[in-house]
Amino acid sequence: MLLSFDHVAKRFPSGVEALRDTTFTVNEGDFVSIVGPSGCGKSTALRLIADLTKPTTGTINWSAKPPTLGFVFQDAALMPWSTVEANVRLPLDLTHTDRATADTRVAEALALVGLEAFAKSYPRELSGGMKMRVSLARALAAKPSLLLMDEPFAALDELTRERLNDELRELWAKKNLTVIFVTHSIYESVYLSSRILVMSPRPGHVIADLPMSDPTTRDPDFRISPLYGDRCRAVRAALQQGGAL
Amino acid sequence: MTQERILAYTLPALVAVAVIGVWEWAVVALDVSPFVLPPPSAIVDAAIANWQSLMDSAWVTLRITIAAFILALVLGVALAVIFAQSRTIERALFPYAVTLQVTPIVAIAPLILIWVGLDNAERAVLILATIVAFFPILANTTLGLRSADRQLHELFDLYRATRLQRLMRLQFPAALPYLLAGMKIAGGLALIGTVVAEFAAGSGTSTGLAWRIIEAGNRLEIAKVFAALALLSAIGIAIYGLLSLLERQLLKRWHESARPKE
Repeated sequence: MLLSFDHVAKRFPSGVEALRDTTFTVNEGDFVSIVGPSGCGKSTALRLIADLTKPTTGTINWSAKPPTLGFVFQDAALMPWSTVEANVRLPLDLTHTDRATADTRVAEALALVGLEAFAKSYPRELSGGMKMRVSLARALAAKPSLLLMDEPFAALDELTRERLNDELRELWAKKNLTVIFVTHSIYESVYLSSRILVMSPRPGHVIADLPMSDPTTRDPDFRISPLYGDRCRAVRAALQQGGAL
Repeated sequence: MTQERILAYTLPALVAVAVIGVWEWAVVALDVSPFVLPPPSAIVDAAIANWQSLMDSAWVTLRITIAAFILALVLGVALAVIFAQSRTIERALFPYAVTLQVTPIVAIAPLILIWVGLDNAERAVLILATIVAFFPILANTTLGLRSADRQLHELFDLYRATRLQRLMRLQFPAALPYLLAGMKIAGGLALIGTVVAEFAAGSGTSTGLAWRIIEAGNRLEIAKVFAALALLSAIGIAIYGLLSLLERQLLKRWHESARPKE
């Protein structure tokens, strides 16, 4: 086990209760998707894991000390005044990584997402998909062992989204990462994940924990397989039972 | 140079030529007294005849304008940084900045002149012009420093950025377009503030363009008044042009406002 949510609740000062009595665990090497309706506290859960906000009650426990984190936001959240290279370098600058190491890691991260040729470009010169790749490279440059992704592909067209899904699966396998991926999309979650946590409407809590580990590899054939369809139906049924649909 | 850029320069020039032409013709044709409205040719003659004194005075006005602008820039940005660090300090001090902004400069000019000493009119003018130019820089920079993307702030939180890192790497760059817009307003206001302060606090020791205008007006040298006004306009346009150029250079690679039309 890498981390556990133990009866976590989160109520904002505005009075909105985002999470109530939420309990789940994430194991090392998992690709966990959190699926649920809008406002059910999916993003809040990620922000709690990243220590960007504190739980109102309950605890978040780590097996050892909290790992190095990478965070990919819904919008690419790039600094428009900086080049692609400088954006990817940001976490390394903020953590005072020495220049030589930073240079190597930035080059590696850009190569991983296939953007070496755009190192000197500015974000406004890139497409939406490329911006998300830069955002992913920035998260990877910090060499995270836990990658948190908050609906990163929601604003992209279907073809770009599918391509990035494949690239992300490949990265996850290659880099031995643990990924927690928030999404609205049942189809995306089934394609990507080794586990899916289904959330109830607000105040959110986990209503189903669905294993998706096999097959270990995913390719376009999986998207049209009966197994894929069955799993999408299973997630939809869980959402329906929880009152989210 | 694109067609749009050429039009941006030639259209105002054509308007100026047309206005000057009509003005010259109308003054002669309607037999307007030169004490009321001199023709442009007389203004040019007056400018040539008084070139040295007008240039000396323009230099005094320009020098104070630049000094006031730099002072306003330093003070405005410094205070904005303090405001951006603490809402409490902002709440405590911002009303006083607004009060200073809305107080008519002519009303406080005599006080400032008394405080700095009647022999230091130039210093009084500098203070008054700084007060006038300071507010847009403060207000714009404060807004800009607070306008950085929330998700980027969270990213800086995630990597435990220091306040200085956040300020230098996130808030300042995010505030730059706001600061530059404030600087363009403040540049013009610094000049207006200098001239108004020269009028209000001017005395025998003040030698700026405002003083030349007062002097020429008292002597009914209306063409010279217009020549001094033309010089003031030229200084104002030059300040605006330089600050616009600076804005374009600093923002052209990344900001939408500097993006050329496709």
